[in-house]
Amino acid sequence: MFDYLANPTRFRAITAVIFPVAVVMTVTAMCYGLYLAFFASPADYQQGETVRIMYIHVPAAWMALLAYLAMAVSAIFYLVWRHPLADIGARAMAVPGASFALITLLTGSFWGRPMWGTWWVWDARLTSMLILFFLYLGYIALADGFERPERGSKPASLLLIVGVINLPIIKFSVDWWNTLHQGSSVLRFGGPSIDPAMLLPLLIMALAMLGWFICISILRMNTLLAQRRLTALEIRGHSSQRGQA
Amino acid sequence: MADLSPKMRRGIGLLLILTALGLAAMLVLSALRDHVVFFYGPTDIQAKAKQGQIVRLGGLVVDDSIQKDQDGIRFQVTDQTTSIEVRYSGILPDLFREGQGVITEGRLDGDIFQADTVLAKHDETYMPAEVADLLKDQGVWKGQE
Repeated sequence: MFDYLANPTRFRAITAVIFPVAVVMTVTAMCYGLYLAFFASPADYQQGETVRIMYIHVPAAWMALLAYLAMAVSAIFYLVWRHPLADIGARAMAVPGASFALITLLTGSFWGRPMWGTWWVWDARLTSMLILFFLYLGYIALADGFERPERGSKPASLLLIVGVINLPIIKFSVDWWNTLHQGSSVLRFGGPSIDPAMLLPLLIMALAMLGWFICISILRMNTLLAQRRLTALEIRGHSSQRGQA
Repeated sequence: MADLSPKMRRGIGLLLILTALGLAAMLVLSALRDHVVFFYGPTDIQAKAKQGQIVRLGGLVVDDSIQKDQDGIRFQVTDQTTSIEVRYSGILPDLFREGQGVITEGRLDGDIFQADTVLAKHDETYMPAEVADLLKDQGVWKGQE
């Protein structure tokens, strides 16, 4: 199946169908989710209106982890099966993934200041999330750090795979160690400890961010594919000119 | 190894790297277990902390233990086994209240913990205020006041 998808022409044909669907999903979910998050959902019994930061912070954090996981899976496909499209996929997801990590850190900071009384502490959850952001930056720098981009693919893919170890650390940091950050509210044993009226906007916002991520990744993959073709054509043009001379 | 396809060889190589990494990470994390914690409970503080050493103490603020005077505020922090009296003068976070989680940084001075900073720690429960009131009215409230 992967061989089937790895053909760039077929990839373009398939994404041409997926893309408009994803756009509609993103816009609908984003409008509905933001309305629920900022107007229709209730204030929290402890945190009051400040709880609304959660509807941006938590889905962004989920997406930061999911995007990294998707990149790492792409990296495995690239390293084992040597499909260039898998490498392009990982490269395409890096910037939106890093944005999600940055949004998580910033909104978390804005939330922590009024609720906890601090912008930042070096507890296990916050620190491991910061490391994820640096992993994204490291990947981008490594993948784009060569004159011929393909040369960066192998080391950057390895970096991605090594960094996967950080994902369970982020997820379980609040269970393994004492942290200032509270435990999981949604994905936990014994079911969510969050009221359905607040869980719904959270999930809708997660859907919106997932849709946005899919849209951006498809756009970026097509751009990178076009860029690769352009470079290939340029090289071919140069060598044929040299042949004539 | 010779009769394996390159694809298989790369796959197995990757699997070995991942296994080694996973093991290494587990060893490092278990070795760091005591150092990665952000704070210690009152029991640990009483048992391990030296006088004057800067540490973080975390726990629940004991109900009806908050007293304010001209020197600042004093309250008891508990882990349900031991409790320590904390003294602090400074700005308190919004969520600081009795029955809620708190993390304070400071030093042990005799039996009293002199705090330089106080942070509030909240739990993972989220619900609308009306639901919380309803639960209290019905007498099925399990959380903190």
